[in-house]
Amino acid sequence: MTSAQDVAQQIERRDIRNRWLLSAPALVIIFLAAIGPLLVMVAYSFMVKGDYGDVRFGEFSLDGWFSVLFWRDIFDDTIGLADAHLSILWRSIRLSFITTALTLAFGFPTAYFIATRPPSTREVWVFLITIPFWTNLLIRTFAMQEVVRNEGILNSLMIWSGIVDQPVQIMYTDAAILFGMVYVYLPLMVLPLYASMEKLDFRLVEAGYDLYATRARVLWRIIIPLVRPGVIAGSILVFIPSLGAYVIPRVLGGGKNMMLGNLIELQFGAGRNWPLGAAMSITVMLIVMLALLVYVRNATRSGVQHG
Amino acid sequence: MARKRAFDLRNQTGFATVAMFTFFMLYLPMAALVVYAFNAGNSMAIWEGVSLRWFYSAASNERVQDAALRSVIIAACAASVASIAATMAAIATTRTKPYPGLTFKYAFINQPLMVPEIVTAVALLIVFSRIKVWTGYSGIGYLIAAHSAFCIPFAYLPIRARLENMNLTLEQAAADLYATPWLVFRRITLPLLRPGIIAGFMLAFVISLDDVVITEFVKSGGQDTLPTYMLGQLRRATTPEVNAIATVFLLFSVLLVTAFFFINRRKA
Repeated sequence: MTSAQDVAQQIERRDIRNRWLLSAPALVIIFLAAIGPLLVMVAYSFMVKGDYGDVRFGEFSLDGWFSVLFWRDIFDDTIGLADAHLSILWRSIRLSFITTALTLAFGFPTAYFIATRPPSTREVWVFLITIPFWTNLLIRTFAMQEVVRNEGILNSLMIWSGIVDQPVQIMYTDAAILFGMVYVYLPLMVLPLYASMEKLDFRLVEAGYDLYATRARVLWRIIIPLVRPGVIAGSILVFIPSLGAYVIPRVLGGGKNMMLGNLIELQFGAGRNWPLGAAMSITVMLIVMLALLVYVRNATRSGVQHG
Repeated sequence: MARKRAFDLRNQTGFATVAMFTFFMLYLPMAALVVYAFNAGNSMAIWEGVSLRWFYSAASNERVQDAALRSVIIAACAASVASIAATMAAIATTRTKPYPGLTFKYAFINQPLMVPEIVTAVALLIVFSRIKVWTGYSGIGYLIAAHSAFCIPFAYLPIRARLENMNLTLEQAAADLYATPWLVFRRITLPLLRPGIIAGFMLAFVISLDDVVITEFVKSGGQDTLPTYMLGQLRRATTPEVNAIATVFLLFSVLLVTAFFFINRRKA
């Protein structure tokens, strides 16, 4: 008996070992070119900055982290809040929230529309959402430029309809960044929303109407609570890349309207303060992890509710 | 029944209108971009009639040719590496009861999806710039390595989905007939898995081809890919040449996605 058990155990152990060997290439590549560098960056954030970029290897200091939020006067050592950093942090968070809200406002009806089409045409609508999703981010940002620039579609339309008689400057403002982010990240909202609406049980909706609920009440009390996991997943998927946006503010926001991504780049370019840039990157990563944590907690809670 | 037809319970007031508006807005900017690629004039602002001159100009621009070739080489290498690694990892993480480390593997493989690109890009800049100094090598190997890493989760997704729908009976039957594990893999698993691997490869290819941020930070001087070349051009006063490049790029992506769509559909 014991020997048969031993053999079974041995086979299982060998199976697990083989499975580790098989997954090794993927794990090693991701460690070398993603996770490992992130760990090195954590170490860099605690080092002394080099005079021409990089760091003084092995000399440790908390200056990088200190400078994320504070600023020390060169002459009299007084300490103040780093207003520039804080305002960019605030702008990034604010724009990301607005982007999430707007994509939800447009994405929810769109996903609902797709989910209520007959199965034969549904695939085509989903396909129409997927095409922009797989199109180069830079190209889509550039396409948005065609809409918001002074001679662009939006201004031509407004002048033609007589709302304004001079082009309104939208390019290089926060509004342009918002246009761009909503446009680029909308598919990330629609796809998970659609996935959860597809499974919606319309007998529950029918029951609501049988009990004399209005359409708005059915929407608020039945549909939205049921597709909440999709709403949360979509919001997270939009919020994370919005917060780290780099290309969109660079192209549509110009040099002045920076977001966190551009501020980080600045530390590695003209700013020559790698530890500060590393500390800022880790800050962004921590905010993202916090968002993911909220998602996981919500996902497991709704799982308990339904299962 | 008659009442039910008059009252559509799936309908929500205004939703169809918003949806139509959204679809329209998704395609309008891209349509504008394509239209201006055919502009005969020098500027992006004024329309001066239809012409293909910017397509010719882009096609004969040596920097564009160079960047396009580099983009394709990197995407092909990264997608190959990623789909091989992802296939192995998918086989190792599906069709088994949970074993120690399985969740760890999932988290590890999906990690590149969890972190904003700019953060990974900066971390790679830190590490690779030091390695470049140490080794003296500054070729496109770094770009291929970086692209392979963030392509793995995308290649992994369809391959894993395909594997989970395959049961083990055929493989077990082959093993019963004294096929070696390698023969079982080559003659049974691989042919059945092929659509998943092709889909994974194509996804990885598109993802690598589209990347701007990580490439921008990892590349050494003179190693522009098509997206980073375009990003550089957007900083200057742009001519419709950028539109022409973007249009061709767009067409290519649409073709790939359409092919992907049909492969997936056949599977279902």
